Amino acid sequence: MSDEMDFEEGGTVKKFMFVNRKAPYGTIYALEGLEVVLISAAFDQDVSLAFVDDGVFQLVKGQKTDGVEMKNFSPTYRALEGYDIEKLYVDRESLEARGLTEDDLLVDVQVMSAAEMGDMMAQQDVLISF
Amino acid sequence: MAMDVNGVSIETDEEGFLVNLSDWNPDVALELAKGESIELTEQHWEVINFLREYYDEYQIAPAVRVLTKAIGKKLGPDKGNSKYLYDLFPYGPGKQACKIAGLPKPTGCI
Repeated sequence: MSDEMDFEEGGTVKKFMFVNRKAPYGTIYALEGLEVVLISAAFDQDVSLAFVDDGVFQLVKGQKTDGVEMKNFSPTYRALEGYDIEKLYVDRESLEARGLTEDDLLVDVQVMSAAEMGDMMAQQDVLISF
Repeated sequence: MAMDVNGVSIETDEEGFLVNLSDWNPDVALELAKGESIELTEQHWEVINFLREYYDEYQIAPAVRVLTKAIGKKLGPDKGNSKYLYDLFPYGPGKQACKIAGLPKPTGCI
């Protein structure tokens, strides 16, 4: 009840984290997740994105999708800044396990350990996993 | 649906957006604008060209709020506000301008 009233007054800002775990192509999760994030930006909430496991591949530079006949939507991650979504967290172990470094990514991110990522998740009001 | 531009049939969806984004050219824009009862001026083209550049770079049509802010940055605060953009595109700079610019409907636009 109180949440609802706060919402009507426009006062409550919740911490939303969208957790991306899957490779960008092969399933629709990454693209759908990104669309939800873009829509969420309209609601003036505190939004952050986490990239773990194969989800780190979503941010890799130089994606070429001609072979899989899907649209290369990776340039859209660079639009997030214009949507005031600037908190992008990447799991260090996931990067290293895939032979990647921060330099391979197409946006500025904060690379962190699994423990730090866990702390970050614990601070959220809402976690949505794709 | 389809419309005829210079003898070429251009396919549009049920809301009038281009089915194939690559079909777009300035003549197609004029025809799309006619369907919206808008006569394109220099000011309209500024916004249309801006949208096409944005799409080319980010592969999405921007949300109105983002568009307004970005236009303000590029073309000045007198143009980066809702009133200016709604005067040009009365049915919404998101939906109407994107349609004429040959972009898909903005994500999250209802």
